[in-house]
Parts: sequence; C-alpha cells; structure tokens
Amino acid sequence: MHYDGLFDIPFTSVSAFVLLMSSVSMVLALAAIQRDNRRGLQIWLFTTAILGMLFLSGQAYEFTEFYHKGLSLNANLFGTTFFVLTGFHGAHVTIGVLILLSLFTMTLQGRITQAQSLNIELAGLYWHFVDIVWIVIFTLIYLIQP
Amino acid sequence: MATVIGQRQPTMAEALRAARGSSYEGIWSWLTTVDHKRIGVLYGASAFFFFLLGGIEALLIRVQLIVPNSGIIDADAYNRLFTMHGTTMIFLVVMPMSSAFFNLLIPLQIGARDVAFPRLHAFSYWVFLAGGIFLNISFFTGNIFQGELGAPGAGWFGYQTLASKQFSPDHGVDFWLFGLQILGVASLASGFNFIVTVLNMRAPGMTLFRMPLFAWMTLVTSFLLIFAMPVIAVALFELMFDRLFDANFFNPVAGGNPLLWQHMFWLFGHPEVYILILPAMGIVSEVLPTFARKPLFGYPFVVFSGIAIGFMSWGVWVHHMYTTGLGTVANAAFGISTIMIGVPTGVKIFNWLGTLWGGSISLKTPLLFAVGFVAMFTIGGLSGVTHSMVPSDYQQQDTYYVVAHFHYVLFGGAIFGLFSGIYYWFPKFSDKLLGEGLGQLHFWLMFIGFNLTFFPMHISGLLGMPRRIYTYSGDQGWDLWNLMSSIGAFVIATSILVFIINVIVSLRSARRAGPDPWDGRTLEWAIPSPPPPHNFDEIPHVHARDDFWHQKYTEDEKGQPVPVVAGGAVEEDQHAGDGHGIHMPSPSFFPLIAAIGFPIMATGMIYDYALVPVGVAVLFTGIYGWAFEPATEEAE
Amino acid sequence: MTLAEYRKRPPDTDIHVEPEEAGHEPGAKPHPGPLEYARIGLVLAVVTMIEVAIYYMSVSHTVLVVALITLSALKFSLVVLWFMHLRFDSRLFSQLFVGGFLLALSVFFVALATLGAKLT
Repeated sequence: MHYDGLFDIPFTSVSAFVLLMSSVSMVLALAAIQRDNRRGLQIWLFTTAILGMLFLSGQAYEFTEFYHKGLSLNANLFGTTFFVLTGFHGAHVTIGVLILLSLFTMTLQGRITQAQSLNIELAGLYWHFVDIVWIVIFTLIYLIQP
Repeated sequence: MATVIGQRQPTMAEALRAARGSSYEGIWSWLTTVDHKRIGVLYGASAFFFFLLGGIEALLIRVQLIVPNSGIIDADAYNRLFTMHGTTMIFLVVMPMSSAFFNLLIPLQIGARDVAFPRLHAFSYWVFLAGGIFLNISFFTGNIFQGELGAPGAGWFGYQTLASKQFSPDHGVDFWLFGLQILGVASLASGFNFIVTVLNMRAPGMTLFRMPLFAWMTLVTSFLLIFAMPVIAVALFELMFDRLFDANFFNPVAGGNPLLWQHMFWLFGHPEVYILILPAMGIVSEVLPTFARKPLFGYPFVVFSGIAIGFMSWGVWVHHMYTTGLGTVANAAFGISTIMIGVPTGVKIFNWLGTLWGGSISLKTPLLFAVGFVAMFTIGGLSGVTHSMVPSDYQQQDTYYVVAHFHYVLFGGAIFGLFSGIYYWFPKFSDKLLGEGLGQLHFWLMFIGFNLTFFPMHISGLLGMPRRIYTYSGDQGWDLWNLMSSIGAFVIATSILVFIINVIVSLRSARRAGPDPWDGRTLEWAIPSPPPPHNFDEIPHVHARDDFWHQKYTEDEKGQPVPVVAGGAVEEDQHAGDGHGIHMPSPSFFPLIAAIGFPIMATGMIYDYALVPVGVAVLFTGIYGWAFEPATEEAE
Repeated sequence: MTLAEYRKRPPDTDIHVEPEEAGHEPGAKPHPGPLEYARIGLVLAVVTMIEVAIYYMSVSHTVLVVALITLSALKFSLVVLWFMHLRFDSRLFSQLFVGGFLLALSVFFVALATLGAKLT
C-alpha cells in the first residue's frame, strides 16, 4: 500500500515543528493578556496565526507533491485515509487560524483586555487540541511505517 | 418599542433589532426566541408533524402488504418509503420529541430560569428543523409526476455497498447522509447544553440525588448523544467521500471494507437505541409516582441502572452483526454482554412495579400510557433477549420477528412513554387539561391497534417472512398475519386522529387546569401554568427529593401522607419577588441564520459546489453576529 | 480570570444562580508565567528533534515504534498539562480524562481481541 520514498520526513518535521511552536506562542499570548500586556497579546496572537498559516502552506505543498507522485484520494485505500485524515486536520487548523485572526482584529480595536482573557484561553484550548492531534498523526502516519 | 423608524421603511438591521425588543408576540418572537419553553413547544410541534409524515409512510407500506402479490407500490418506491419511515421516526420523531421534553422541563425541574446556553439552544432547534426539511425534500428529487420518488432507498442503516454510488446512483442517499449529518450537529449542540445545564444550573439544595429522575435520564442521554453522534458523523463523512469523491473506504476492490460501515453504524446505533428509550423511561418514572401517590421505588437503583445502561450500551453493537461472520469468540462475547444489558433494564421494570404496588392509584390517561409502556416494553425486552442468543438470532435475522421486536421497544416503549408525558405535562404549558374521555379512547385504540399491528409480526417473522420485501406470494401462510398488521395500522392511525381532536377540543375549552392538576411532586408544579418567561419569581431552595410534595404533605405515624396546613411546615423561603428586574437573555435571530447555512452547504455539495461558499457565508454571518451581539440587551 | 475561576463565578445574566459554595475547586492553581511556558516549548522542540533522529537511526522496527510512541505521548502530555492547563485545573478533570482514556484504550483492545483483529 505504501509508496516508497513518498514522505519527505525533513520537510514534514519542520512543519510539525512549526505547529508545535505555534502552541508555545499561543500560550504566551494568554500569559501576556493575563498580565494585561495588550501589546504582547497582539504580537503573540499574530505570530500564532502566521505559524498556523505556514503549516497550512506546507500541507498544501505536500498534498500537491503527493498528488504528482501518483497518490490521490481515489488511488487506493492509503490515499483515501491519508488525505481524509490529514485533510480534516488541515480544515481544523484553518478554522483555528480564522479564530486567531478574528481575535487579532479585536485586539487592534482594543476590545480585548485582561477582563476578556477568557476568550483567549478558550481559543487557546482549541488551538492546542489541534496541535496534539498533529503530534499523534505525525508519529503514527509519518514516522512509524510498517 | 416602536417598529416604525421615522417615515421610511426600517432597514433590515433595524427591523431585526426592533423584533428583538418585542419578544413575546408575533411570528418574529418565535423565530428569535431563546426561551426554553417556546423552543420546547417548537420541537414538539415539529416532531409531531414529522410523526404524521412517518405515519403516512408506514400506512402506505401496510397498504401495499395487506394482500399478497399487491402492486400498488413498486419495489423501488417501497424501498424509499421504508427507508424514510425508519429515518423519520428515529431522527425526526422520537429524538426531537424527547428533546422537546428536555427543553420544556429540565430548567423547571432543577429550579433554573433557562438553560445554560439559550442561543445555542435555539440553534439546535433550527438546525434540527433544517435537517428534517432537507431530508424530506429528497422525495421531490425524483420524477414525481411519473410517480418516481427521489428519497433515499438504502435503508435507515445505509449498509455498504448498497448505499454506494454504484448501487444507489441517484441523489437519495446523498440527501440522507447530509440530512443525518445536519441533524447530528443539532443533537451535539443540545447534548452539550443539557449536560452543562444539569450539572451547573441546579437550584440551591438541588443535589444530584435530589433531582427528578427525568433530569437524570436527560443527563445520561445527553452524554450518550455527545459520544455517539461523532461516530455516525465519521461514518457519514467516509460515505460522503466514497460517494462524492470516489474514495475507497468501503470499496472492497481498492482494499476498503464494507463491514467497517456496519461496525461504525452500530457502534453509534446501539447507544442510539438507548438515546431513544431513556427519556421515555425518565417520563414514566415521573408519571408513575404521581399517579400512585408514592415516591419512586428504589430511586438510587433506577438512577444507577440508567447510568449502567449508558455504559453498557457501548459494548453490545455486534449483536446486530452476528450473521456477518465475525467468528465464534466475537459472537459469544457480545451475546453475553447483550444478555447482561437486560439486567439493569429489568431492575427498572421491577422498580416501576414496586412504585405502583400498594399505591393509591388514579387511573388517568397519563398513567394508562405509562403502564402501557411498562408492559409493552417488557414484551419488547423479552424478544430482545431472544435476539441475544446467537443460534436463535441466526434464524430471526432480517425477518419480521426483528421488526416486531423493535416496534415493541420503540413504539410500545418510546412512543407510549412520550404520549404519557404529553398527557401529563400538557396542562403545565397550556393551562388546559386534555380531555379524559377522549384520552382513554386514544389510549385503548392505540393499545389495541399497536398489538394488532405488531404482535402478528412475531408470527409472520417466525414463519420466515423477510423484512424489506415489497410483496409476497400467497402460498407462504403469511396472508392472515399481514392482514391483521395492516388493519392494526389503521386502528393506530384512528387513535392519532382522536388525539388531534382531543388537543383541539381541549385548547378551545374554557376550563383551566391550574398550576397543579395532578397533585404533582416536582418543582414544575409549584409555579403557575403556563410558567412565566422567567419560570421562578424566586429561585427555590430545595430540601428534599420530590421537594414540592414535601411542601404539601407530611407523614403521619403510619407513613400515610397528611396535607400540611397552610403556613405550617413550609419553610418561609419566599421573599418578595414578582419577576420584575430579572434579566432574561434577549431573543436573537442569529441562531436561525446560522442554521440556514447548513442545508445550503449540503445542497451545494450535492448539486453545485458554487453553492457551498454561499452556505458557509450564511453560517459565518450567523456565527459572527452571534458572537458579537451582547447576550442581554441593555434595558432602555 | 482563568477558566477554572470562571466556572465558579456567576455568569453575566441573572438566569444563572450563584452556587452555594463558591470558591476554589480542589487542586486548582494559578497559571504559570511566560518563562515556564518557554521552557516547556524548548523541551517540546528537543523531543521532536530526538524523534526525527530516531527515525533515521537503523534500529529494529519494534524499538522504533516503542520509542516514537513514548516520545509522542510525552509531547502530548506536556501540551495538555501545561499549555491546556490541566495541571493547574481541578483534579476532577485529570481523573475524568485519564480514566476515560484508559477505559477507551482497554475497550479498544478487548474489542480487537474478540473480533480476532490485529493492529498491523
């Protein structure tokens, strides 16, 4: 079922690292606003959104590459499960980026202060959830191959 | 608040804002309501409408089967009718009707002013309605003028590879899968809402073990919902990729596995069975104590067997799949677990009998339906135990015996339980008692019709009549049983007609029921009928299980209830409070807007992808508007 | 105000009732500071590098699988415990999630065994 040499491990490791680091910047955004540091909140929220988009671009590049190498949704069972699994993850990251950009816009309007830090915490919970799913996917799908 | 702004026509935003202000009149108030009682009424009315629709489908099926070799309905239309009958009755009738009771009663029973997330609540309802309408629109996608229906025809279980693009090429199954996906969103939203409501919004003193049993069953059902709906969502997404994008999940040629669908469907499907029956069990556990004038026998046992059923329902799904060849170990293991799940159910039956035992029973319509539930559900439960035996099940698989079984638990069980609840709580929300004479007539017609319809199916099933066949030859010995079933179906239909007449007559009558017509036990009977928007002028302080009963009665030395003299043992909790100054969440139209996005997206997925972004835009308009509008409008 | 504190506080609308025993949940602690978060981030980065390094080492498949699963479980736990604040929240949640996870895992393997299926 597997295509030998399909995965580009160094490339995907970097994008996994990018997503992992976006979790760090997300939690730093929360720490900033809990201390009423609005400037810090803006910077870290924006960083997180950028890292998320970087990850998505990596996924788009990877999907294109795989498709050119002959792996597609309907090629075989591996193609089906791979694209649906990682694709759904990507869709969740996209929603996360939308949430982050919405919150970032709100910070520019000055609508998020220390009293509204709960908004950031909830968005953060979602973002970390998406991240831990990728931790599992990266290990099980990319690194461990039968 | 004035709805006309100056001399010009109000803009959309202004009109909507104005509609928000006048919250208790007119159509706008229903479209924007976040009041749990109104949403409950909407849920109930919609579910009843779908009940009539599903009933008509059932009648058509029975008309076709009334005599052998009948040609009224062809095989294709027959497949679509039984698929829609099953899907409708499960997802559009029993689930939302149960949800109607959750909505109406949970805040009242636990002493709260509303649910935890009122707008999410409205969202659940509108998404449910959107999904239900979307599913039924599929009828019209066929060539209706030549009598070709377009509805799904692969069964409510959508087995693979029958439901694949190859064997179900038209759009019926697409409507089915997107319809169920949409309904799943509604169920998830309401599941989370009720868990948070029950856990966080109970009145002071209302500990978990002082809650009415119905609230407990709501909690268990909600947990089942939030764990079961994602399973079917995953299965439906996989089906979507297979059908729309030519993926290979269930395609054996490319290494996929059709059996995977059955595993996922029944891993959802069996907890779903308990999602359907637990609310009715909760209703019956409220009705029996009231009409026996005794507390529920063995309350903790009933609660814990409800929880046990919730857990065990996850370990029995393979009993739907005995004949798929999973091997003796699997069949034996799941046979044992299936027998075991009968134990907590049996515990409940005995507790209900214990509740009635020695009570001063008043045989009113709600009690008749509740007792009917206990009896019919027991029969269905017993035939269920016969299914758990693997060799016996090999004989019964896909015969009418199975049809008899699940109609005894879902009609004899769930529907009887729900009607019991309708008769019991109708006066609370309308201030009118449903007529007792017509009610009794309704019960007996339905009880006789039900048994006339479904009992013969045990026999036709044991005689070997398979399910889902659109006709049969006359030499099989099935004629009489099918004739009986078909006659019974029309008796049931008559009984529903009696019910409708009863509702109309009762609503028009001038006699008022008052706040506590049944001498009830739980908090909802302590407030006026119908309850004011804010439910409780003063949030009650709860001191006991069946708190309202203990406010009305004490016990003499023989344990008999003695009415409390007014002003006696009732603790003076009542501070002055007339409902003024209580801020209720303001109505909102955004849940409705968000809900409209889903069917647009689904239509786009089926016909033209260009519609998908439109649906997404509508959904996002709803979500962003919702997120940025204040939950409570400032008082002006 | 953190999520843990918020749960014990009456929300904005009057429909909610103030709980009788408002106060701290058992085991709930204040959140750590940015330095602590940065340190966890560093650990996560190092573990990811070790994972990739193991992938390129010529070890037996079993060792590879065990090592990689252990390391990703470690990353998973770090994110959940620190970034998602499970460590600083009521102990009830840890019990609920860990208990639920173990239950799910055991049901998964029991079901696999009864169905006679294998993971690979």
